[in-house]
Amino acid sequence: MEKQPTILGIDLGTTNSLGAIMKDAGPEVIADADGESLVPSVIAFDSEGKVTVGTAARAHAVENPLATVFSIKRLMGRSLSDVREDLTHLPYAVVAGPRGSACVNVNGQVRAPQELSAIVLREIQSRAAAALGEQITRAVITVPAYFDDAQRHATREAGQLAGLEVLRIVNEPTAAALAYGLDRQTDATIAVYDLGGGTFDVSILHVSEGVFQVLSTNGDTRLGGDDFDRELIDLITGEIRERFGREITFGPATRQALRNFAEAAKIRLSQRETADVRIDLGDGRVYTRAITREEFEARIQSHVDHTLEHCRRALSDAKLTASEIDEVILVGGSTRIPLVRRAVEELFQRRPYTAIDPDRVVALGAAVQAGILAGRKRDTLLLDVTPLSLGIETLGGAMGKLIMRNSTIPRTATETFTTSVDGQTSVDINILQGERELAEDCRLLGKFQLTGIPPMPAGAPRIQVTFLIDANGILNVSAREERSGRAAAVQVTPAAGLTKEEIGRVVKESVRHARRDMTAHRLIDVRNESHRVLGAIDKALANAADILTDEQRRKLDAAVERVRTLMDTNDDPDELYRAMRDANDAAGPLTRYQMDEVLSKTFRGKSAKDLDPRIGTEE
Amino acid sequence: MAITVTQRAARKIQQVFEKNEMPADACLRVGVKGGGCGGFSYTLDVTDAPAEDDEVFQTGGVRVVCDPKSYLYLNGTEVDYDDSLLQGGFKFNNPNAAKSCGCGASFST
Repeated sequence: MEKQPTILGIDLGTTNSLGAIMKDAGPEVIADADGESLVPSVIAFDSEGKVTVGTAARAHAVENPLATVFSIKRLMGRSLSDVREDLTHLPYAVVAGPRGSACVNVNGQVRAPQELSAIVLREIQSRAAAALGEQITRAVITVPAYFDDAQRHATREAGQLAGLEVLRIVNEPTAAALAYGLDRQTDATIAVYDLGGGTFDVSILHVSEGVFQVLSTNGDTRLGGDDFDRELIDLITGEIRERFGREITFGPATRQALRNFAEAAKIRLSQRETADVRIDLGDGRVYTRAITREEFEARIQSHVDHTLEHCRRALSDAKLTASEIDEVILVGGSTRIPLVRRAVEELFQRRPYTAIDPDRVVALGAAVQAGILAGRKRDTLLLDVTPLSLGIETLGGAMGKLIMRNSTIPRTATETFTTSVDGQTSVDINILQGERELAEDCRLLGKFQLTGIPPMPAGAPRIQVTFLIDANGILNVSAREERSGRAAAVQVTPAAGLTKEEIGRVVKESVRHARRDMTAHRLIDVRNESHRVLGAIDKALANAADILTDEQRRKLDAAVERVRTLMDTNDDPDELYRAMRDANDAAGPLTRYQMDEVLSKTFRGKSAKDLDPRIGTEE
Repeated sequence: MAITVTQRAARKIQQVFEKNEMPADACLRVGVKGGGCGGFSYTLDVTDAPAEDDEVFQTGGVRVVCDPKSYLYLNGTEVDYDDSLLQGGFKFNNPNAAKSCGCGASFST
């Protein structure tokens, strides 16, 4: 069969743009040689007319603000009078072009936003061509759901100027829903919450048999992650002036440095509870500060509340209540902020989809749309069963399956795990997919850490791990320590990147290695159990070694020694298992004594044997 | 060789299918899950249809399916059902298992 020319999916964003294509294993973003896929939507012109795009162009913004164009999306298809409000935020010259349209004057040359966007599109197109080794001539481009006809038309023109046949203009929220495979829903209402660097919008969609309808949109084109950065900058500059004097001024280079510090701190606070900021102001003046997540959240709370207000308006325009929304999708880098996730979850009373990178989900969805237009089948994604087993890495590197392959979805499974070291306060949860028995032979889908477990002896904490695959195949994994109530969760898309061939290969491999794998898994578990048993015997000996006769002690020491030797050298689980059982038996007098002690303490005065003849005499 | 179910087990499985309003061609899925001191444990599930690479057996009026890896351990197994109060539930009589522990939930080969 002749290979069809690839159709490129493009997310042409206000702050960043990127491209993606449909592959057999699903959509994939296009990355440059350094693995970077986001192209900042920034274009810089030098005095000789040389043009740079993306990260390189952004570096020019400080030294040459008049010839560095960004946020061009705000001008697309608008008249100069439409964008009056935006002008105060744009350092470059916006002028009236043909028929009053908003254009940009760079170094005396008037350029239409379409031309400028075409430069960004051409950059993405050439990256894709380089990555795929073929000419790219056709594309799907996304736009916000609220774009009017003129704005959509301008986007199409930008594509044509870049030498692309624009097969379809797709709404960004629709693309996000496509990336999550929600087009397969027969009848569902979806809210897409998109909080980017500089814009916020929320869209309510209805999907039925692959057809999307926008019920309502709302938002604020002047609200985003940049506002959160500004809150941190204000906090920092305020404190610097307080500490080192009001007269300190911040030049453009310093302001840019501050922006970088603030952004880095913001990103860190999505991962951790504190972020350290250290700024050297020269002359021995150094500003240091640990900013906590709580402080950050307090400062951005009003902005987040503002987004929720827009969500309520969108719901009311669609004549819906929050509880009538079936799915919620988070788009845009700022939705990584835990406070944002919590707020959205509270409003809609359901856990939003976060499994797909919020910076890439729109481009991935554009690629899905491109694949549909190219007539590509998505058979591997259309499963109503989980194609491969899902589990977590257990102590010693084994794969502990929670959901078996070919289980129908939706499905949930819960297992209780514990700690392996005394006083352990955190556990790593590695989410695995595959049929092999060792973690290293399975695919790592994601990982997270449960922290803040109160220090207890090994084996005492009860940590419930729950796997929940919903009807769309999205996997939520959560872990909760019972005593403290500490919990953590992560969401992943197990079907992403899987083809039928890959599934077949994984299953064949697992059959081929079955015997060796099963033995290896059992050996790991028997070793863990042996370790636990030896630990218990050590503790018992420390408490009550004197109750053993010499003969009993000699037997126990020999049995323990044998387990120790086998644990280090032996790879036959049967032999180790027998040795462990023997050691357990040899420790019987100790175990019985300890149990009596515990019981007599519990039931003051009564002998344990008086309570129940079975207790204390059985092992 | 194959996987079989006893009359008692077949009756119980059909009850489960009816109770869950499963389609007429619903299957009982059996499998093994690695790990534990015994080496394995058995898994039971119901499913609407066999997967492409499943082994499929028609036995006692019930369709039983098993994935290829599990079948290495379940070939020749008879699935029984015990409705006694204490030890009730499905039992796996597995000739591959050198020894079964009391509850029948794990075995080693």
